[in-house]
Amino acid sequence: MSNASTLDAEDFNEMTAGLRSGQRLIFDMKSLGVWDSYLMIALIDVLKRCHEREIPIETSGLPEGMSALLHLSSLVPERLDAKQTGPKKTWLERLGESARSIGLDGFFLTQFIGESALSMVALMAGRARFRPIDLWLQIQACGPSALPIVTLISLLVGLILAFVGAVQLALFGAELYIADLVSLGMTREMGALMTAIIMAGRSGAAFAAQMGTMNVNLEISALRVMGFTASDFLVLPRMLALILVMPFLGLYSDLMGIIGGGIVAISFFDIPVTQFIQRTSESVHLTDFFIGLFKCSLFGVLIALAGCFRGIQCGRSASAVGEAATSAVVTSIVFIVVADSVVTLICNRLGI
Amino acid sequence: MIEVRDLTLAYGDFVIQKDLNFEVRRGDIFVIMGGSGCGKSTLLMHLIGLQKPLHGDIFYGNERLWGVSSEQREQLLRRAGVLFQSGALLSSMTLAENIALPLREFTELSKKEIDQTVSYKLALVGLSGFENYYPSEISGGMQKRAGLARAMALDPEILYFDEPSAGLDPISAQLLDELIQSLRDSLGATIIMVTHELASIFAIGTQSIFLDSEAKTAIALGSPEELLKTSHDPRVLKFLTRGHPERAHRGGHHE
Repeated sequence: MSNASTLDAEDFNEMTAGLRSGQRLIFDMKSLGVWDSYLMIALIDVLKRCHEREIPIETSGLPEGMSALLHLSSLVPERLDAKQTGPKKTWLERLGESARSIGLDGFFLTQFIGESALSMVALMAGRARFRPIDLWLQIQACGPSALPIVTLISLLVGLILAFVGAVQLALFGAELYIADLVSLGMTREMGALMTAIIMAGRSGAAFAAQMGTMNVNLEISALRVMGFTASDFLVLPRMLALILVMPFLGLYSDLMGIIGGGIVAISFFDIPVTQFIQRTSESVHLTDFFIGLFKCSLFGVLIALAGCFRGIQCGRSASAVGEAATSAVVTSIVFIVVADSVVTLICNRLGI
Repeated sequence: MIEVRDLTLAYGDFVIQKDLNFEVRRGDIFVIMGGSGCGKSTLLMHLIGLQKPLHGDIFYGNERLWGVSSEQREQLLRRAGVLFQSGALLSSMTLAENIALPLREFTELSKKEIDQTVSYKLALVGLSGFENYYPSEISGGMQKRAGLARAMALDPEILYFDEPSAGLDPISAQLLDELIQSLRDSLGATIIMVTHELASIFAIGTQSIFLDSEAKTAIALGSPEELLKTSHDPRVLKFLTRGHPERAHRGGHHE
């Protein structure tokens, strides 16, 4: 080894391959010039292989710095249980594990819903512990700030509804019924649904991110130690804010949608303004509004629950906060669509 | 004051520490020490009621912490204040609001009295005038002191500290040690702290327990000085002497 001028992994492989038991490995590195971590890695590899084949090693010939590094790297023995490789799992095991985690998720969600319900009861009894100012701040953040996006989306949804319907209705010369289609569609269904989806993206994600970050900073633990429960102090203001704000946003969205539909009907299909308004007021009943508003509040509860649940569940890292926000939106939208179907089915059966 | 009996700490089925038995007397500065990952902070989480033990119980005076309703536990824990490692101030509130939070909720004080109390507590930790700052606007050491002010808000009998001097420069760490000691002396509080800062342990610790991650239990109990002089356990000595156990019985312990 003494005459080698440059060394690379190949050289080391050759050298160790040629070693037989009974031989000894001696280092002479007097003429060694510049070296880096790669040499150390190769050296460690050589030592390990010699160790396996029980070939004695004489390390005294190594430069001082190198033997110090070698000592350092072998100081803390590798913790075999620390490596998380384990035997590769079969698909059946993975399937079972994910089923189990879904089951656990459901369990924790049920528990969380129960705690939130208890907080609601405590609120009714006037025992809930949260700061009123937090409620106002949340109302501010969820309500007025969401108006621009709600305006835009609802107006466009109204336009789309009107166009899609008008093409079919025009075949029968019944363009006037665009008013019925848009107003009923918006009040009963699309107003609530679109508002809820906007709010899931806006507020649901924000709740999850806020509470996730609080979890990372141990703020939630600190609250619990001080005698506040997360469901009272954090979930309740957010849930109340959405319950209060959502019907107003939904109502506003209905109005915007109908205006959007009106623009199409009046400007593209030559329906007089008065007639459009009259048709609209004839076709929409108070029940339709109430169904829409009820849905809004219901969706508000679901968004708050999903957002806060994912936030509280969040792990203690930056990427976990991101995941919490993502899964909050996904969970909210799933909840919203499922709940919407259920409510629509019930209304259909009850004939309202 | 606080008694721990047969406590076993676990995450799921994975046991962290088992069969812990110790007592903290009134006025002690009790140090929980041990290497990284041995379960010091986990033990703290159990003491402050954030995590439920697998076995055993913790007694505050004669009252059990676990095995009672959560309302009773809350009541019991109101006697304690906790300073978390990072301070854990609520980032959406100013320092004053953070400190006022427990006062407003658990006392009958008027708004003016609360304001006065907040200013007084902030003055105690050397942060007068920082009432309207948000936690993100002040340094880590100041956050920690503000966290201490909040932990002291309700004049607790017991104060818990998680790594109080971690991340502080030596002078701030020493000031914090002095602050802790004077709190104990003036308020008569009992202090339990998790730390592996040797300087702090010897400077202010009056009692200590040493947790070991291999044995999964406490391997030494006594005052830090005493442990250094009399312990024969190499793991304890190595820890207390920063890896130079041969210096242990010569009396000195600082580098």
